[in-house]
Amino acid sequence: MPSANLARVTHLRPVPDPKPSQPNGEAADRQTSVAELERWATALRIDCVSMLAVAKSGHLDSSLSSADIVAALYYRVLRHDPQNPDWPERDRFVLCKGHAAPIQYAALAHTGYFPREDLMGLRQIGAHLQGHPDMHRTPGVEVSTGSLGQGLSMCLGICLALRLDSLDDTAHVFGILSDGDCQEGQTWEAAAAAPHFGIDNVTAIVDYNHLQTDGTTEQVMDTGDVRAKFEAFGWDAVEIDGHDMEAIVGALERSRNLERPAAIVCQTKKGKGVSSMEGRFGFHGKPPSPELAAEALAELETRLEQQREAIDG
Amino acid sequence: MAEAKTEPAATRNAYGDALVELGELHEEVVALDADLSVSTQSAKFGKRFPERFFNCGAAEANMMSMACGLAATGKIPYASTFAIFAAGRAYDQVRLGIAHNELPVRIGASHGGVSLGEDGASHQMIEDIALMRAMPRMQVVVPADYNQAYRATLESFEKEAPMYLRFGRPATPKVYEEIPETLGGGVDVVREGKDITLIATGHMVWRALEAAETLEGEDGVEAEVLNVSIIKPIHSEPVLESISKTGVAVTAEEHRVVGGLADAVRQVAAEQHPVPIYAVGMGDEFGLSGTGEACMEHFGLTARGITDRAREALVLKPIVSRAPLFGPDWA
Repeated sequence: MPSANLARVTHLRPVPDPKPSQPNGEAADRQTSVAELERWATALRIDCVSMLAVAKSGHLDSSLSSADIVAALYYRVLRHDPQNPDWPERDRFVLCKGHAAPIQYAALAHTGYFPREDLMGLRQIGAHLQGHPDMHRTPGVEVSTGSLGQGLSMCLGICLALRLDSLDDTAHVFGILSDGDCQEGQTWEAAAAAPHFGIDNVTAIVDYNHLQTDGTTEQVMDTGDVRAKFEAFGWDAVEIDGHDMEAIVGALERSRNLERPAAIVCQTKKGKGVSSMEGRFGFHGKPPSPELAAEALAELETRLEQQREAIDG
Repeated sequence: MAEAKTEPAATRNAYGDALVELGELHEEVVALDADLSVSTQSAKFGKRFPERFFNCGAAEANMMSMACGLAATGKIPYASTFAIFAAGRAYDQVRLGIAHNELPVRIGASHGGVSLGEDGASHQMIEDIALMRAMPRMQVVVPADYNQAYRATLESFEKEAPMYLRFGRPATPKVYEEIPETLGGGVDVVREGKDITLIATGHMVWRALEAAETLEGEDGVEAEVLNVSIIKPIHSEPVLESISKTGVAVTAEEHRVVGGLADAVRQVAAEQHPVPIYAVGMGDEFGLSGTGEACMEHFGLTARGITDRAREALVLKPIVSRAPLFGPDWA
């Protein structure tokens, strides 16, 4: 494992550790508050910017648009145990939009699946953090993803296996899909299959940020009313603001207790949290320049400080 | 354990029969199909174990990725459909979800080759062995008859890695009298000889045996016949042993000669014991409609086709097998 080479990148300051209460494990009896989740989302975003600046490769804006959802999942909604990643009764999380791997890696590191310094090995030869999630290399990754359209089907396979093991009443499967996932036909094969097989322990979270490699989804291939599409396939489908933490937590927790597969379409902004990137085309798959990274970190660290003060009083 | 078949039977039937036995033996075995369960024979499993059988409809991509999810959660999935869809349509799903993840998914690909007949080129998969050989971590198994296919299916449960099993539509004469104990390394000498090696797989093995009979009767040539049931990873020793004895070989497969058995054998030979190796298989062409047997004949995938190639090879043998014109001393 190469050691973190953050030190070599002079324009980056060390990432401040938000030091919140323990997210899971012993202290799990107290739920992480919405304000704390928001602070976590900022901390995860900071890590994403740092990782991408060091790796000089990856999908930063796609990671940032999912940050609030991922923070809500890892710090509040998922029943998981970083010390025991193979706990059979755990909830499963599948990053169908595998290109947003940095945001999952940040969450896995912060919750204790592996040391935080590993994050700076992203996309480097010999490091375990691959460009897209790899189940055999990185603890906490359930299945390898990265080819759009396959993730939701993988989630359904996991759901069926859990049912055969009589774990489907407790273990829930959450997948985050991208706009690109919703353009792939396979996602709609899976959308048809879930109600057909009577699966009620899956939640498809669509990170609908409206931007893809070649332009806006409206220009490239309009995915339209994704919520209505899932509903037409027999899913319980809601639409929320994907950066409204209270709405995210509410929708995720509600989705656990439905008798149908659940879809949560999250209207998001690509690059959310970094003003110069938010909702702007042209950043997909491009690492931040040193200047942009420095600017982004300054903005995010200021926010983190404000969020910390608001919580600590 | 099923009875060994003595009459012609389809290898896909063996898959269906063995799958039921596997289901009885192992609770973690599950089966998936894509609306072809009667053809692939996985319906037998579905009838016996409805709660462990998932018919995904005509949605092969979804089926393969679901198999990935099931395997990642501790099940041993057997996913079946026609070879054309298993290896062609769902290639990327098999690649990332199954092979890359090294998950114990077994792909039961039926109706391989042109012998499925009437449905024609759109359904006749003649490049699946090439595709699956090229895929890292994927094992490729092509049984020769019902009895071997039954063993191949049963034995697949024990293997760690993902596996592509190719079965055929038509009833096929037996090569093995009994259900073999094991596939072993995947290369069996099914007839001994000294003059030429006929290396065949799948539906071409019984034809190679027939060709060997003809060569003996009409030409006085003693042909050795190898059945390669595991094409990847290919067990090179028995191949090398045979070709170093005979000095010339003909491969036979119901598949493109590119990327299939011919290339696998030639690769072994080229590196370790170069001898002339002729190939019987599909050229740069697609299949067409007709009865299965008519299709096989049209493309020369017959005992006669193998015999003809063997005779060509034998003509060349004394020329190419003799000592090089420029010996080792030449510099």
